[in-house]
Amino acid sequence: MTWRAIRLGPWLKLREVQLALILVVLVAVIGVRAPVFLSGKSIDSLFTDSSILVLMVLAQMLVIVTRGIDLSVAANLALCGMAVALLGQKFPGLPVALLIPIAMACGLALGAINGALIGFLNLPPIVVTLGSMSVFRGSIFVLSGGAWVSSHQMTPSFINFPLERLLGLTHLVWFALAAALLAGYVARHTRFGRELYAIGNHPVSARYVGVPAARRLFAVYAISGMVAGLCGYLWVARYAVAFTEIAYGFELNVIAACVIGGISIAGGVGSVLGAVLGALFLGVINNALPIVQISPFWQSAITGAVIVVAVVLNAREGQRTGKQILPLHRSASETEMPPSVLEAKA
Amino acid sequence: MSTAVKHVIADRGDFSWSSLLRRWETLLVAVLFLVVAVGSVSLREFLDANNLADSTFNFSEKALIALAMTLLIIVREIDVSVAGILAVAAVAMGYANTLGVPAAGLAVIGIAVGAICGGLNGLLVTRFGIPSIVVTIGTMSLYRGIALVVLGDQAYTNYPDALSDWGQGYVFGLIPREFIVLLAFASLFALLLHGTTFGRRIYAIGSNPVAARFSGIAVDRYRLALFILAGTMAGVAAVLLTGRIGSTRPNIALGWELEAITMAILGGVSIAGGSGTIGGVLLAVFTLGMVTYGLGLANVPGIIMTIMIGALLLITITVPVLLRAGAGARR
Repeated sequence: MTWRAIRLGPWLKLREVQLALILVVLVAVIGVRAPVFLSGKSIDSLFTDSSILVLMVLAQMLVIVTRGIDLSVAANLALCGMAVALLGQKFPGLPVALLIPIAMACGLALGAINGALIGFLNLPPIVVTLGSMSVFRGSIFVLSGGAWVSSHQMTPSFINFPLERLLGLTHLVWFALAAALLAGYVARHTRFGRELYAIGNHPVSARYVGVPAARRLFAVYAISGMVAGLCGYLWVARYAVAFTEIAYGFELNVIAACVIGGISIAGGVGSVLGAVLGALFLGVINNALPIVQISPFWQSAITGAVIVVAVVLNAREGQRTGKQILPLHRSASETEMPPSVLEAKA
Repeated sequence: MSTAVKHVIADRGDFSWSSLLRRWETLLVAVLFLVVAVGSVSLREFLDANNLADSTFNFSEKALIALAMTLLIIVREIDVSVAGILAVAAVAMGYANTLGVPAAGLAVIGIAVGAICGGLNGLLVTRFGIPSIVVTIGTMSLYRGIALVVLGDQAYTNYPDALSDWGQGYVFGLIPREFIVLLAFASLFALLLHGTTFGRRIYAIGSNPVAARFSGIAVDRYRLALFILAGTMAGVAAVLLTGRIGSTRPNIALGWELEAITMAILGGVSIAGGSGTIGGVLLAVFTLGMVTYGLGLANVPGIIMTIMIGALLLITITVPVLLRAGAGARR
């Protein structure tokens, strides 16, 4: 018995495991109240509906790990979505296989603007992406002239692609799965990924050990933009409509999912599993509300309450670095240099 | 230690014209003049007194929030839930109105609800040591969500006339009362930030919270007070906005948090904390207001203004860095 207790203990302390357990309990409770929620069809639509959020959260996670934040992702998504929707409308012959890279390139270019300003000019990410968010959002209007692109102006192949199935799963889910595996590999096993954590943990030390922080930051915002571009196509095709306000405020859902998933805004902390679970958590809440017949008007309040509770729990269990003023004082006096050294310096 | 002091550290630096010229506020004044000059030359109606006075309706409430946001950003905090607070306060007022509470009572309720919401943010930030951006992203959803739950797709209307007097009324038949409220609060905030110990301590906390704590400043109490202040100002904005538009929907003031932050940052408040002035923020408010007003007169759609504001924000933070880099390269 004892060995099991010993091995379970540390596991239970892992945030990802706790979150997974809470998620399972949540799903079970909803399942008891409304068994239809546990049907294969419902689970399938849960994953399909959460896929875009998962993709965006994975990219945002890499950004947040570097102590950054990308508020422009939703506007980037909407702009690239509009761009490919217009392109698909003008040239119905363009295959989806070409439109997706175009959307990604569009997002990459927009993200690279953020990346250049943040990485090379050392500007604060929150301000830069706040500004670019407005610019991107406004540009959608300029691009489209304020018009909508609706489903009848899109080709069937354009609309159908995200929901077409491969081995039983929709393309959306495949994208999310592939991205999660790739992000997991990059974050844990590549030099690039580890350097992102190093930058977030301690930017100065990272520079001392030779991490090219500017180039890494540039790359991470470009990647974030590229994923937003991809999601732009997926979003527009999935909902079969493009207009100026699509995904308005979605950046905050993405960041909320990261926070629930235990990715620290202070940088350097966070895992891909946590990010995916955080996104699924919001996905479960969104999909369960109509099934358990709670008015969708509750969605925002519940999401907000969940975030607040999640961060409070996280803060209670985590190392409270923000509160260490007095202990710091003690350790500072312990390591104080002897008077002789001080005199020698003077 | 008794030897002559080598360096005298003055209470304030020597006055010099070049440092005055290099101030952010000087740049803003220049931009403001440029905007007004271009506007008045190219648009005939630009300098019309009534038009100018009415244009202040567009930014007065947001600017009230931006004032409090300025103080928060100076102490290295941020509150993205202000628009959510405004929505909750407005909904509380609307609900109280259906119960027949008089106008003065409605104003008190709106402001009190704002203060309570701000207090909750402040408690979460100070008690649990959670970064304020995380807390307020959560409470933004929560507050906006409460407004949605209460109102659904309904709206509150039929507010008393006394309330619309505050939102739509004029002083001397020309200047909107809202604008006078803004100027009064701006003077109050300027006095608080630039003329009192409280204000100096806000800068001290923003420059270095740990050093400020060691100097005996009750850092967390200041943070809490500023969050309550931000909530209160959102409440005041809710009272004025409700009076102006005469109805409350759950999507009231959607996205205002970003506009208030933009105003503060354009006004020269550093997101890293410890610097910024109320005068600068007020100048940024006027500049943005004049740009919006001019574009509005020129029939440019509102969404284009979004681009202009975003671009203005990006340019204003990029140019000084590029200039500094250029100066460094020359040296």
